[in-house]
Amino acid sequence: MSKKVKILTKGIIKENPVFFTLLGMCPTLALSSSAQNAVGLGIATLIVLICSNVIISLLKKLIPAQVRLPCYITIIAGFTTFITLLLKAFLPDLYNALGIFLSLIACNCIIFARVEVFASKNGVLDSALDGLGMGLGFTLALFIMGTIREILGAGTWFGLQLPQLTEPMTIFIMPAGGFFALGFVIAAVNKFMKKRPHNISCDNCPHKAMCRRGEDD
Amino acid sequence: MNDITRNLLIILITCVLTENFVLSQFLGICPFLGVSKKTSSSLGMGLMITFVMFFATILTFPIYYFILMPLNIEFMNTIAFILIIALFVQLTELVLKKYFPALNKSLGIYLPLMTTNCAILGVTIMNVSGEFNFLEAVFNAFCAGLGFLLVMLIFSGIRARMERCDIPASLRGMPITLIAAGILSLSFIGFSGMVEGIFGA
Repeated sequence: MSKKVKILTKGIIKENPVFFTLLGMCPTLALSSSAQNAVGLGIATLIVLICSNVIISLLKKLIPAQVRLPCYITIIAGFTTFITLLLKAFLPDLYNALGIFLSLIACNCIIFARVEVFASKNGVLDSALDGLGMGLGFTLALFIMGTIREILGAGTWFGLQLPQLTEPMTIFIMPAGGFFALGFVIAAVNKFMKKRPHNISCDNCPHKAMCRRGEDD
Repeated sequence: MNDITRNLLIILITCVLTENFVLSQFLGICPFLGVSKKTSSSLGMGLMITFVMFFATILTFPIYYFILMPLNIEFMNTIAFILIIALFVQLTELVLKKYFPALNKSLGIYLPLMTTNCAILGVTIMNVSGEFNFLEAVFNAFCAGLGFLLVMLIFSGIRARMERCDIPASLRGMPITLIAAGILSLSFIGFSGMVEGIFGA
């Protein structure tokens, strides 16, 4: 039982996909200018991640190793389309706010990394838990970034007006502010956590197994 | 100046300077942060992305308008596009391996990373949003690649200078790289309003 809990919780803090493995940077930077959009995208990604993990874990014996990338792509893009249509029908405001990044869940590297590293080697329940944990970790990271940027940049939180202590610093809801905020959050993780974030390198790239870069060196 | 050149020039300035793919739209951040350590790899990655974006748009644009639209299955664009990009990348890889081994060795190594690059899927989806005709869409893809290449080259220079700096321990590695990217993005804000200023649009 404790092993299952470990699988679930490791993605949330200890191996947080954004702060430690530095994956999924594009949506983290792009949609964190408001906490609401950030959490919306986080949950959409969470659902795609759990579904893809479960399906790929079920099909792991059927998918031939040589063509696994196209198979994964099709499955992940299928679930992305599914969630896109659901949001369009039931939450049109969020659908419009997320824009192109909703479709781009299909090439979110966190999902590829989990599918390749975890779901293709583990059982269904473990994969679902792993997807849930990693998805929650991603949502948490987006929530933290969104909170910081929205409070500093717009003086609001989830659209609620906060008491104004200073003039909001618009720079934080601009693209440049996204880079600054993420830089400082990762610096804080560096400073206060025992475990150091990885550097972006081939070691934690989800495409490591398929890439020829390693062979040439 | 006729309408076509005017539109193309607007696309060029928008994609490269005012709405740069990396610095203001946050597409392709992974290669931007991961491969920009050396100028040579930045150049290779930038060229490869431009190449794949250009041909991916040539392939996906007609497929959207002549297959997906008549069948009323526009919502399938994500799946269709990502598979077409994967197919194109595989084909390019085979051709490079067989006929251009030298090029394959220097640029081919970036190819497997293209399939799931959000900048490439992003540009193909943006191009079918309805504002562009075929020529403009292809040019838009090309310019988006150019913008990416420009930023990669500038950033590799910045990172080479930072290598020799004394940086506080907790900022070392990724944090300082992100902060430098933020400053670069800040400097690109200086270009905003350029399109309106030149073309009065």
